[in-house]
Amino acid sequence: MTDAAVDPERTHHHKLGFWRTYVFSTDHKTIARQYLTLGLLWAIVGGLLTYSMRWQLAYPETEVPGWGFIAPDVYNALVTMHGTIMVFFVAMPILLAAFGNFLIPLMIGAQDMAFPRLNMLSFWVFATASVVLLSSFFVPGGAAAAGWTGYPPLSAKAEYTGVGWGMNLWLLALALEFASFLMGGVNFLTTTMNMRAPGMTFFRLPLIIWMELTAAVIFMLSVGPLIAGAVMLLMDRILGTTFYLPEGGGEPLLWQHLFWFFGHPEVYVLLLPGLGIVLEVITVFGRKPVFGYRTIIYSTIVAGFLSFIVWAHHQFVSGMDPRLAMPFSITTIIISVPFAIVIFAIIATLWRASITFATPMLFAVGALGVFIFGGLTGIFNGSAPVDIYVHDTYFVVAHFHYTLFSAVFFGGFAGIYFWFPKMFGRMMNEALGKIHFWFTFILFNSVFIPMHLVGLRGMMRRIANPMQYEFLKPLQPLNQFITLAAIVLLLSQIAFVINVFWSLAGRKAAERNPWQANTLEWSAESPPPHGNFATTPVVYRGPYEYSSPEAADDWLAQNQPLVTAKAARQ
Amino acid sequence: MTTHTATASQTAIPSAKTGTWWFLASEIPVFGGLIASYVVLRLGGGGWAEAVSHVNFSLGLVNTFLLLTSSMTIVMAFAAVQDNNPQRTGAFLGLTVLLGLGFLVIKAIEYSTEITHGFVPSSGIFWSFYYGMTGLHALHVLAGISVNLVLWVTALRGSLAQHSYRVEAAGLYWHFVDIIWIFLFPLLYLT
Repeated sequence: MTDAAVDPERTHHHKLGFWRTYVFSTDHKTIARQYLTLGLLWAIVGGLLTYSMRWQLAYPETEVPGWGFIAPDVYNALVTMHGTIMVFFVAMPILLAAFGNFLIPLMIGAQDMAFPRLNMLSFWVFATASVVLLSSFFVPGGAAAAGWTGYPPLSAKAEYTGVGWGMNLWLLALALEFASFLMGGVNFLTTTMNMRAPGMTFFRLPLIIWMELTAAVIFMLSVGPLIAGAVMLLMDRILGTTFYLPEGGGEPLLWQHLFWFFGHPEVYVLLLPGLGIVLEVITVFGRKPVFGYRTIIYSTIVAGFLSFIVWAHHQFVSGMDPRLAMPFSITTIIISVPFAIVIFAIIATLWRASITFATPMLFAVGALGVFIFGGLTGIFNGSAPVDIYVHDTYFVVAHFHYTLFSAVFFGGFAGIYFWFPKMFGRMMNEALGKIHFWFTFILFNSVFIPMHLVGLRGMMRRIANPMQYEFLKPLQPLNQFITLAAIVLLLSQIAFVINVFWSLAGRKAAERNPWQANTLEWSAESPPPHGNFATTPVVYRGPYEYSSPEAADDWLAQNQPLVTAKAARQ
Repeated sequence: MTTHTATASQTAIPSAKTGTWWFLASEIPVFGGLIASYVVLRLGGGGWAEAVSHVNFSLGLVNTFLLLTSSMTIVMAFAAVQDNNPQRTGAFLGLTVLLGLGFLVIKAIEYSTEITHGFVPSSGIFWSFYYGMTGLHALHVLAGISVNLVLWVTALRGSLAQHSYRVEAAGLYWHFVDIIWIFLFPLLYLT
């Protein structure tokens, strides 16, 4: 391996002005921080929407404190926008864009992305999508109200929901968001294929990189039909075409196929980066190599393939040909196999590890527990006979919050607490972090375990007033408990906000490698300068050589040559 | 801002080309979704053949020839840029742009005749697909023309030779636009 010293003219980037440094930056780390900030701001909006929704469900037709009276059509808009925001404007930018952008170049030992300007463009297209979506709240008729899945015919004509431009802007915002993430995906894949440091083979990549890449491929290959579908829906609304309207020869079910052909793989687009974060964190805080590194990679790829042939399990009660239900039930059950393998690998990694329960580790283990719970209820929903019973009830709502909350919030927080020192050069407060975790973990379960019960007793999704139904009236104390827990869950996130600002303002500078981890990003400064590494790192081994008997310490960085020259050459 | 890095390219394929291929891989499902929707709905319902008889087959055929020819001219532009011949490169890129514009002009004539005959997007499911598919394709043609136009100007200035990979990437995209039309033409004009 040649000594890859870097031409100093290339690494010493000349000083850029304020706008080029913080706003229109091409630096992948700045772009990652921009995505993270915007995603977290959207999380506040999405969270506040749940506050008014939950209040309305617990105390129907009363004034929501600090918000006002909620009419049923406004409630529909709240539900729709909560789902849209959390999936597309919180989970995607944080898990895929922020962590992918930050980690890919740093972990593969590159100076930046393959296409830095395209990277900047992708963020600003996403920012434009954010402005469009936010503006849809304020147009006449209000924001989109056809559910986050936007099923026609409800979504196809303005008179059905009473929402005119709100729905058009919703479609436009999604189209812009998809364009942005397609550009990001091109960048992720090209960068990892072409910019790896010497010695960084594909099977020495950290697992989070594999997960981000698989997620990017799944996204890029599945979103196309929905882009086409969104164009068709927009044409139905604006030009009067009849793609989804039976009176003109169209087919409402067509949208459901196009939507879920993307919508289900999208679940894995969010889940895989979350699992990747969990894997990185548990190996560092367990001081033990990840169990079954290659098995995890192969399982991830298999899950990626399978994710394309499970979509119709969302449509068991939609009037789809019932003969299709069984094949899709079977593929849905099969896809739990690769994920079970990954989960067992995570548990096997924890087995007899010397665990330190720092905040990132708490969130990672929390994510694991919550995800297993969500995976198990997924088996209920995946089998058609059970799904027909629980479909469109709060059981399904509880199920997907268990899977997505685990990936997006437990996984995301684990990642933020873990990489915050590298991203911002400051250590976060451990005590506040632990308070944040325990409140979040206990209250999350307090919200969503009762929600399973409410669902099994028959409470439907997307109803504004459960008290209208005689059989739901006995559930009202449970609904009120869920609301109370949800409000405290929201309030406990203040601990995180305080921690972020406290740490950023604090003087507790982070050293290069505060967690004594192996991967390449920890060999750069905290935060890394523009260009990342003073000299291009040379990689000698895989990412998880913890507690190796060959090394003096219990960790062995990927770019650290062993003392003996013979061992270093291997 | 430097675009080159000291990190060696690990796949020996230029990043621009890899990036273009990934982009095209994500574009194929867009039209794939549209075409699959068309086929499924058409198989499930009647009355489509009558609607198809109102599209202008001859103009569609002319357009097919225009696009196929333009695929050839952009390949010749790439050969010329590799030969370091700016005049030839510029000429073939210009020809590609003109053929693309010709396609759009004919498409516009088709649209206006159809609309004056009362066949508008809301005239039924076939016309929904006709305007949706050809419209989305026309936007892609427009995007391709814009890219080729920028390259043409660069070639006329004589500064394209060191960026020959750009012509290759633009060519990949232009072929893709052409191939999509090869699928749309029989689906919308011939059956």
